[in-house]
Amino acid sequence: MQVDSGGQNNHGGGAHGVPAPRTPEASLAGIARVIRDDGTADPAEDPRLPLALVKSLYVAMVRTRLIDERLVTLQRQGRIGFHIGSLGEEATILASAAAMRPQDWIFPCYREFGALLWRGMPLQAYFDNMFGNANDPAKGRQMPDHYTGKPYHFGSVSSPIGTQMTQAVGFAWAAKLRKDDLVTSAYFGEGATSSSEFHTAMNFAGVFKTPTVMLCRNNGWAISVPSEKQSATRTFAEKGIAYGVPAVRCDGNDVLAVYKTVRAAVEFAAAGGGPTLIELMTYRLSGHSTSDDPRAYRAEGEVEGWRKADPLLRLRKHLETLGALTDAEDAQLRADTDAEIKACVEAAEAAPKPSLESMFEGVYAEKPWHLREQERECIEGPRPKAHH
Amino acid sequence: MTEMNMVQAINDALRLEMRRDDRVLVLGEDVGKVGGVFRVTQGLYDEFGEDRVIDTPLAEGGIIGAAIGMALYGLRPVPEIQFSDFIFPAFDQIVSEAAKYRYRSGGEYTCPMVIRTPVGGGIRGGHYHSQSPEALFIHTPGLKVVCPSNPYDAKGLLLSAIRDEDPVLFFEPKRVYRAAKGEVPEGDYTVPLSEAKVVREGKHVTVVAWGAMLYEVLASAEEVAASHGIETEVIDLRTLWPIDLDTIVESVKKTGRIVVVHEAPKTCGFGAEILTLIGEKAFLHLEAPPVRVTGWDTPFPYTLETDYLPLQHRITPALIETAKF
Repeated sequence: MQVDSGGQNNHGGGAHGVPAPRTPEASLAGIARVIRDDGTADPAEDPRLPLALVKSLYVAMVRTRLIDERLVTLQRQGRIGFHIGSLGEEATILASAAAMRPQDWIFPCYREFGALLWRGMPLQAYFDNMFGNANDPAKGRQMPDHYTGKPYHFGSVSSPIGTQMTQAVGFAWAAKLRKDDLVTSAYFGEGATSSSEFHTAMNFAGVFKTPTVMLCRNNGWAISVPSEKQSATRTFAEKGIAYGVPAVRCDGNDVLAVYKTVRAAVEFAAAGGGPTLIELMTYRLSGHSTSDDPRAYRAEGEVEGWRKADPLLRLRKHLETLGALTDAEDAQLRADTDAEIKACVEAAEAAPKPSLESMFEGVYAEKPWHLREQERECIEGPRPKAHH
Repeated sequence: MTEMNMVQAINDALRLEMRRDDRVLVLGEDVGKVGGVFRVTQGLYDEFGEDRVIDTPLAEGGIIGAAIGMALYGLRPVPEIQFSDFIFPAFDQIVSEAAKYRYRSGGEYTCPMVIRTPVGGGIRGGHYHSQSPEALFIHTPGLKVVCPSNPYDAKGLLLSAIRDEDPVLFFEPKRVYRAAKGEVPEGDYTVPLSEAKVVREGKHVTVVAWGAMLYEVLASAEEVAASHGIETEVIDLRTLWPIDLDTIVESVKKTGRIVVVHEAPKTCGFGAEILTLIGEKAFLHLEAPPVRVTGWDTPFPYTLETDYLPLQHRITPALIETAKF
C-alpha cells in the first residue's frame, strides 16, 4: 500500500498554501472509492462482497443511525446524561468492523457503539450501559457510551484521547509473540493524531511490525477545532511515512471502499506485513456529543454539503441500483428497529440502579481493608437527598 | 542461601519467574543486551531472547501502554521505567488505564503487570534521577505500591507482585541497590504483599519507613539507644499500599509515639496519610505529636542532596524529641 499524499484532497492545506474547501467533493476526490455518484460500483474497484453482507451492513448502519437519533432525544429529555454518536460516520465504523475477522480484536475510541453491536453485543446491554443501571456490563461505573465488550473481542472505552492506540499495539504484539493469528484495530479521530499516544503507537507498531490496523476517522472536527488546525501535513495518512508504516486514504462514506481497504490491511497484518494506517475521510454531521453545540464554530452550509454525501444515502442508492432494496423493506427495517429500541429503553429504565456495594467492588481483585471499611461507612451513613 | 545484593535478588526473581511462567516478559529502555542501566536485567536477554527481554524505543508512555495491551491479552509483562523520575509520560496509562481497567469494565478486563522502577536519592542524581513519586500512585485507586529495603524482601515481594492479579508499582531504592546485602534463598519463595515487618523492637517510639531510609532509621535507633536509652520500634512497611495498618497501630498502642520517615516532599507525602490513619485509629494512645521527617518541599537538589534527605542527622533528634515529649 502507498501513501496518497493527497494533492488538494485534504480538508485543508494547512501551512502549505490555500486551504482546500471543506466540501465532500474536495475531501473525497481522488482517493480510494468504489460506489460512484450514480450508485453503481466501479467495476475496477468493486470488492464484490456477497450481497447479503452488503445488505446486513445497510441494516446495521440504519440501526446505528436510528439509535443515535433516539439517544439524542433521550438526552434532551433528561432521561440519559450523555451521548456521543456517529452521525454521518456509520460507514467508517460498520464497514471497518465487518472487515475484521472473528478472531480479531477492536480497540475503540468512544464513537463506535455500532461496531460493538456488529460484534454481537445485544442492544439491551448497550442501552443498559447508556442508563448506567445494574445490568450494565460496566456496572454503571462509567458515563454513557463508555462500554466494554470483551466477549465480543472489543475493548473498554475510556475518555483520555489516544490511550487505546498503544494498547492495541501491545495486544497485537503479545499475540504475535505467542504466534496467535489475530489482528487488532484501533479507532481514533484525526484530533488524536496530535497526541503522544499516536506517535508512540505508530512508532512501536512500525519497529515491532505488530499486526495492527490504525483507523483514523478524519471527520473534520475535534470538538470545535477543524482538522487543518491539528496538523500542518496535507493529509493525516502521510504521517505513516515517518514511522515506516504503510498508509492509505479512503472514502470513509463509501461502505465498499472502507471494507476493501480495511480488509486488505487486516490480511497484510495477518500475513506478517505489520501495521497499516488508514485515514478514513468522513464528516461529523452532529456535534461532538450531546454536550456540544457546533453552531458556535462551524457554518451550517458546510454541514449541508456533507449531508448530500451521507453514507446511508450512498449505500441505499447502491442497493437500489442492484435492485436489492425496496422502499417497503426499508420502512419495515426502520419500524422494527424503532420497536426494538423502544423495548430496550423501557427495560433499561425499569432496571434497578447498581447497588451501593457494587461501588466498592472490583477496585482490586480482592477488597482491601480500607475499602471494606469505607463500604461499611457508606452503607451505614447518610444518603444523598437527591439520589438519582 | 546465597548472599546477594538487591540487584542480584531482583534479577534472580525475574529469571526464576520467567522460567516458571512463559507469560512473563520484561520490556523497557536498555533492558536487553546491556541488562538495564543498573544491570538489574543482566543476562536475561541471553537466556530468554529478544522476544521476552525487549529493548523498546525511548517512550515511557509506549512502554506502559504496550504492556497494558499485553496484560489484557493475558501475558504478565514486567515493564521497567529506567528512573521513576521518568514515569510521568506514562502517568496517563498508569492512572487512567491500568489502575481502572478492572473497575471500569465491570471485571471483564484485568491488568496484571508489575512496573519496576528505581526510586529515591543518594546517588547525586539531581532533580531527575532522585525523586520518590510513590504518593501519586498510592493516591490512585486500583494500584498497589511496593518498596522493598533488602534483597530477601525484594525477591519475595517481586514474585508476589508478578503473581498478583492487579497492577503493581515496584519501587527499587537505588541508593541501596548494591549496598544492601543479605542471604537470599535459592528458588521459589514469596513475601506476601500488604504485610509490614517489625525489624527492630522497642517500647518508646515507633518509626515507619521503607526503602533506603530504613537504614538511616536503624542507625538513628542505635544512636539514641546508646545516647539516651531510647528503645525504638522500627517498622519496614515493604508494601506501601494497601497498607498493613494493623502492624503500625499495634506498635503505636505500645509506644504511644510515631515518626514517619520518607524521602519524598513533606506536603501530601505518604507520611501525611499514615499519620492521619494513626489519628483515626489510635488517637487516644498517642503520648506525643506525630512527626514526619521527610524531604523538603523543594525540587530534589543536586549539591545539597544530603541536606535535603531525611538522614540520620535529622532522624535522631526527631526520635529524642518525640520520646521525651
